[in-house]
Amino acid sequence: MRALRLFWVFFRVGVLGELAYPANFFLQLFESLLDLGTALGGLAVVFAYTETLGGWRPDEVLALVGVFFLVGGVIRLIIQPSMESFIEAVGEGTLDFTLTKPADAQFLVSIQRVEIWRCTDIVLGAIVLGAALSRLGTRVGPGRAAVFAAALAAGLVIVYSFWLILATLSFWLVRVQNILVIFQSMYEAGRWPVGLYPRWMRFALRFLVPVAFATTVPAQALAGRLNASALCAEAALAVFLFGAARLFWKVGLRRYSGASA
Amino acid sequence: MTGLAEIYVQQFKTTLASFAQYRAAIFIWMIGHVLEPLVFMIVWSAVTLSRGGLVGGFGAGDFAAYFLVLMLVNHATYTWIMYEFEYRVRHGDLSFLLLRPLHPIHTDIVDNLSSKMLTLPLILVSAAVLAVVFKPVFHFRLWAAAVFLPALGLAFLVRFLIEWTLALAAFWTTRVGAINQGYYVAVLFLSGQVAPLALLPGPVRAAASVLPFRWMISFPAELLLGRLTPAQAAAGLAIQAGWLVLALLLMKVVWRAGVRRFTAVGG
Repeated sequence: MRALRLFWVFFRVGVLGELAYPANFFLQLFESLLDLGTALGGLAVVFAYTETLGGWRPDEVLALVGVFFLVGGVIRLIIQPSMESFIEAVGEGTLDFTLTKPADAQFLVSIQRVEIWRCTDIVLGAIVLGAALSRLGTRVGPGRAAVFAAALAAGLVIVYSFWLILATLSFWLVRVQNILVIFQSMYEAGRWPVGLYPRWMRFALRFLVPVAFATTVPAQALAGRLNASALCAEAALAVFLFGAARLFWKVGLRRYSGASA
Repeated sequence: MTGLAEIYVQQFKTTLASFAQYRAAIFIWMIGHVLEPLVFMIVWSAVTLSRGGLVGGFGAGDFAAYFLVLMLVNHATYTWIMYEFEYRVRHGDLSFLLLRPLHPIHTDIVDNLSSKMLTLPLILVSAAVLAVVFKPVFHFRLWAAAVFLPALGLAFLVRFLIEWTLALAAFWTTRVGAINQGYYVAVLFLSGQVAPLALLPGPVRAAASVLPFRWMISFPAELLLGRLTPAQAAAGLAIQAGWLVLALLLMKVVWRAGVRRFTAVGG
């Protein structure tokens, strides 16, 4: 409960800070629309020449694009800005201020910055997802929707844990921002079904940089092609990675000595 | 002229040394350069699979060859000047460059080339590995391969001048992000990075041959792959030369107007 209230406070502060710059909303919307137009244009070109792509029909790939924007939006709305602030705070020693607060430091660090206009990606992703769903028709029942929601939630937990592990490296390394760029580049590969890629790339997109779990797997759930064991595996990975990230965070924190102390 | 050559050589030595410190960062930035053509290569070869062989005259091996060469050409011609210039104007760093008795575009060209000296081995190794994995099919022609280098040089100059001029938008607005992204969308589709231009719908293809984008990236690749007739190649080189002159004029006009607007505090 307290966590939710804290989250709400940080969210509101982020919103209030950005509301002073309403023009940024339109710019961000413009950029998101361009990005979406690029994705849809790419689909249009490819599907002008084929009916299915690696077994995926156009509406299913459209759903994947929706998921890609939704998850990318969440990353850019809160995960990426918060982690970047955290890395900066470790470098400058200002993490002290967070550590002295009477709440869990990992939690505070993870929600500290919200770039509210990035919600345009989330909204556009939801719209695309809705459009894809309506075209997929009645085949998506409540059961499948629940599986989709579970897969999406697990995917987000996996992505968050992965970012936290990378950001926690800043307790040891200096230039961690560059490592984050690796994730951003690799995330682009999630625009398309991971099944298209050769085996070594699929492996990399699952276990080196877990993009597939946040994009392809939820979209597969919507298309009804995710079986129970795959969903369980994803949930197990989410729990494991979250625990590992927590543990790594604790180890890293012990190393942190602050700047002033 | 010999003075300028000397400046280039000296500048080259210094920037090469300073970039060498940031090897890791430069290599990480390259992941995107390899991944993007790789993804489209894979998508299009999946399309050929579901179509049972040929898509608009391209087989899987042709797509592999196309996107491999496109990756190399794109890497040779890309710039990051738009991000750099925005920073320079916002932080007032431009003041120092303006004090020098040399047009700042020269140092930017050297910066660009020396960073590519460092990444060249990596991109070649990536290309070699991808060639082994995806088995491209090449139809090289000797004359076309000979014209490729001049075409690549022209493509580099045209792209550099156009992007350098676009970067000057930072003189007029602090929100260059939207402009840059609009530009990149145009580059993506009109320079053949999503699909070979031959596969795009007629109106897009027509726009691509009028606008500069094809001549900055796709044209040298098409040439090297042996997809053009000698007449088409000659016409392409002429269009490149025309864009070069136009871009040069545009750069001079916009630069003069921009510098007049520039004010920096302190320095």
